[in-house]
Amino acid sequence: MYGLVDCNNFFASCERVFQPDLNGVPIVVLSNNDGCVIARSNEAKALGIPMGEPAFKLKELIESNQVAVFSSNYTLYGDMSNRVMKTLATFVSTIEIYSIDEAFLNLKGFEHLDLSVFGRKIVRTTSKNTGIPVSMGIAPTKTLAKVASWFAKKHKGYKGVCVIDTEEKRIKALQKFDIGDVWGVGRKHTKTMNYYGIHTAYDFTQRSRSWVRRNFTVVGERMWNELQGIPCIEMDSTPSAKKQICTSRSFGSKLTSFEDILEAVSNHAASCAAKLRRQKSCAAGLLVFIMTNPFSERDTQYVNSKHLSISIPTNSTAEIIQYAKMLLQDIYKPGFSYKKAGVIVTEIISDSPLQGDLFDTVDREKHKKLLKAIDSLNDGLGSNKVRIASQGYGKKWKLKNEKLSPRYTTKLSEIIEVKAED
Amino acid sequence: MRKTEKKKVPNIQFFTADTATDLALPLVDSGISAGFPSPAQDYIDLSLDLNKELISNPSSTFFGRVRGESMKDAGIQDGDILVIDKSLEPQDGDTAVCFIDGEFTLKYIRIEKDAIFLVPANPEFQPIKVTEENNFCIWGVVTYSIKNHKHRHH
Repeated sequence: MYGLVDCNNFFASCERVFQPDLNGVPIVVLSNNDGCVIARSNEAKALGIPMGEPAFKLKELIESNQVAVFSSNYTLYGDMSNRVMKTLATFVSTIEIYSIDEAFLNLKGFEHLDLSVFGRKIVRTTSKNTGIPVSMGIAPTKTLAKVASWFAKKHKGYKGVCVIDTEEKRIKALQKFDIGDVWGVGRKHTKTMNYYGIHTAYDFTQRSRSWVRRNFTVVGERMWNELQGIPCIEMDSTPSAKKQICTSRSFGSKLTSFEDILEAVSNHAASCAAKLRRQKSCAAGLLVFIMTNPFSERDTQYVNSKHLSISIPTNSTAEIIQYAKMLLQDIYKPGFSYKKAGVIVTEIISDSPLQGDLFDTVDREKHKKLLKAIDSLNDGLGSNKVRIASQGYGKKWKLKNEKLSPRYTTKLSEIIEVKAED
Repeated sequence: MRKTEKKKVPNIQFFTADTATDLALPLVDSGISAGFPSPAQDYIDLSLDLNKELISNPSSTFFGRVRGESMKDAGIQDGDILVIDKSLEPQDGDTAVCFIDGEFTLKYIRIEKDAIFLVPANPEFQPIKVTEENNFCIWGVVTYSIKNHKHRHH
């Protein structure tokens, strides 16, 4: 059996831990560069605020409904995510961090327990210990666990945990589940499915295996199996994407200065970032190594490497170069003739941290592309040079609650204040 | 509720670089060269790391800064840092960080028969009874406080 734990309204929930009076209040979180909505609390969703919407367009809505607005505080979100994951890891021996707010738990060996009781304990403990409310789906396959977690999140009756452990439950769940929401079914495939009259996940399972194989290839067949309760996707395997990417090169002639080596390392870092983007992945770990020529008898030998963990998995060229530079500064020693340097990105996961919403009518792909384009332009030109035209360049309009929240868990100068003033 | 399970050793798929603390490891350089082994070798301990000693559950532990002097009798003063654990069940006599009327405040925990009360430091103010509706207001239990004795005013 597999469990899928995912955080409810993760970014908004992070903010609420340190400002509990925001519970029940509509919250939106904006991306840094161009003020698009990247996260909403349930109350904000209910107001009809779409994902990816530029914030300035929502001015009226925000002011009349007292919507709390935050700039994304990735330092905070990354730390809170680590806390959630570490807590989950105390319950089972294997967890697979799928995104910043989701993880698969391998429940093998726990089948003798009442899984809904066990699941509720995991949910209750994680929510209490971190302050982040979570939901959990438990099922015989990862794909079904994702379906189950959707129900757990939507319906209070499940008390945070939905278990699909009978044929009846599986069929009922799939009949109420939109095919477009099934893990791995994107916009394009949804259109194709609908064309064939497949609207629910159940419809899909009613097709023959050979039909599925013909029209949706082996990937579709795997999904078909998983929806039937036949596990095909193991823990830890993100199919076909590389788990580590290394870019390294021996230098044509020996290098000694930091600047020269930094240039090489930066290029390797950029190359790794590009490879990540190409396979739609992000990396949560980075390693830089430098070495002298081990075969040279004349040169004094020095080999070193250093690794760091990236709290928010990334595939951004700018970020990865920045981290690589930090690592190089730590390991570089003057006075050596270096022969080779390399960058390895590790802990590679899928590049889809933001979960689409069932009611999402915005073309998220388009927005994602727009965000990407703006981000990369701004990276090059300096931040915020490129904005959406109506944003304007003056501060004529200011959002009521706009601010970057403090880094409550990583900066001593920004921790919460506790009054002792009766 | 007491923790009754033994912690399984997890096969964790990620690491967090804990650059916040230094775990000093003594360098015992006695492996290669010939000579007398150090008599202290068998007694070498790792250096003391307060994070490991005082924080039993890092993922549920947060920090707060005290503003005000009302808890002075408990030895907690303005500017002190609180170590707050959200995983602990409040026990009688604990000091807890609570969220009441839009702000974080410190209260003592008093447990009577079947009820939990949040007791303000100032005896002139009424204790608050914790009910199903308001039990979320206990944010965490203070385990340790840290006082800077050299720089008393901020």
